[in-house]
Amino acid sequence: MSDFVIPVFIALIMVIGLAKRVDVFGEFTDGAKENLKSAFDVLPALIALMTAIGMFKASGGLEIISSAIAPLTEFLGFPRECIPLALIRPVSGSGALAVFESILTEVSPDSFAGRVASVVIGSTETTFYTIAVYYGITKVKKTKHAIASSLTADLTGFILSALTVRLILY
Amino acid sequence: MMNKIFAAMLILSVICGAATGRIQDVCNAALNSCVEAVELFLYLLGGMCMWGGLMRIAEKAKITDMLSGLFKPFLKHIFKGLDLNGKAFHAICMNITANLLGLGNAATPLGLEAMRRLEQEEQPGDTTSRNMIMFIVLNTASITLIPTTAASLRIKHGSTAPMEILPCVLITSACALAAGLISAAALDGIHFGKRRDK
Repeated sequence: MSDFVIPVFIALIMVIGLAKRVDVFGEFTDGAKENLKSAFDVLPALIALMTAIGMFKASGGLEIISSAIAPLTEFLGFPRECIPLALIRPVSGSGALAVFESILTEVSPDSFAGRVASVVIGSTETTFYTIAVYYGITKVKKTKHAIASSLTADLTGFILSALTVRLILY
Repeated sequence: MMNKIFAAMLILSVICGAATGRIQDVCNAALNSCVEAVELFLYLLGGMCMWGGLMRIAEKAKITDMLSGLFKPFLKHIFKGLDLNGKAFHAICMNITANLLGLGNAATPLGLEAMRRLEQEEQPGDTTSRNMIMFIVLNTASITLIPTTAASLRIKHGSTAPMEILPCVLITSACALAAGLISAAALDGIHFGKRRDK
């Protein structure tokens, strides 16, 4: 079903464009050309971020932090298995999916930890990646409270994912 | 803040890598991550050109006007002082549409377009504008209506009810988004309060 969304969305734009007599090919290439130039502004931020994430993942730092904060998350009712997921989620989308899959192989997707992990994946985003890349295309250097507010949203998401699963599914 | 996080991650990886005996992996990651970044960039570059082109057609065909009319009643409370008929707001509406439909691959290029146009319209210099922060929070909190990725991975690992998580996901995302926006508005009062008096 979801495979239909993008193709239908594109076709819809084309149909309406033709109906309104838009020069669809010319406008497409103009829009693409403009973004082609600005896309290069993102690359430095991507390289910096990916290097930091790649080195940190390889160092085993994630496991060290996980075990350090386990007592706190236990107090909040957040399952121990999901801590690495919550830690990697804000920095890396592909990393989070890999951790999610390893959780689902260890425990059943229909277990408490499996369900909480699913809600975490479904209701949060890769915060640092988004901030680095989105601001990377602008000249903005001082992001003020963008990170603090986004992390507030993430933290709320982690706590509530355990809470809603406990209240609604049990 | 990005400075500190970036430096902390790099320094911590060296310390942790030495402690866990995985310094060789850290070394490989240091050398190879930039190549992965370029691969990701190429992927993003294609997406940006493709969705930038489609966005242009959608604007000429007045589709973005329809979308922004739809979102205006909600978004005018979040994006204060932004021209609701301007090009930045159009891109914001396209980005939100893509996010709601769960089209992550389209949402990022459209979001980058929105940031670029916000910069053109608001001219914030080297310090972020208030509306940029609101837009960032909207994008870092997930506003997807149907968690397709989570559901498909649940099916793959033998879940008997892949979509049972939906009510939890919707409540959690809504509360997380609200928390992000409220904290942004609250911190905004502290940070931007002085500038607004001018």
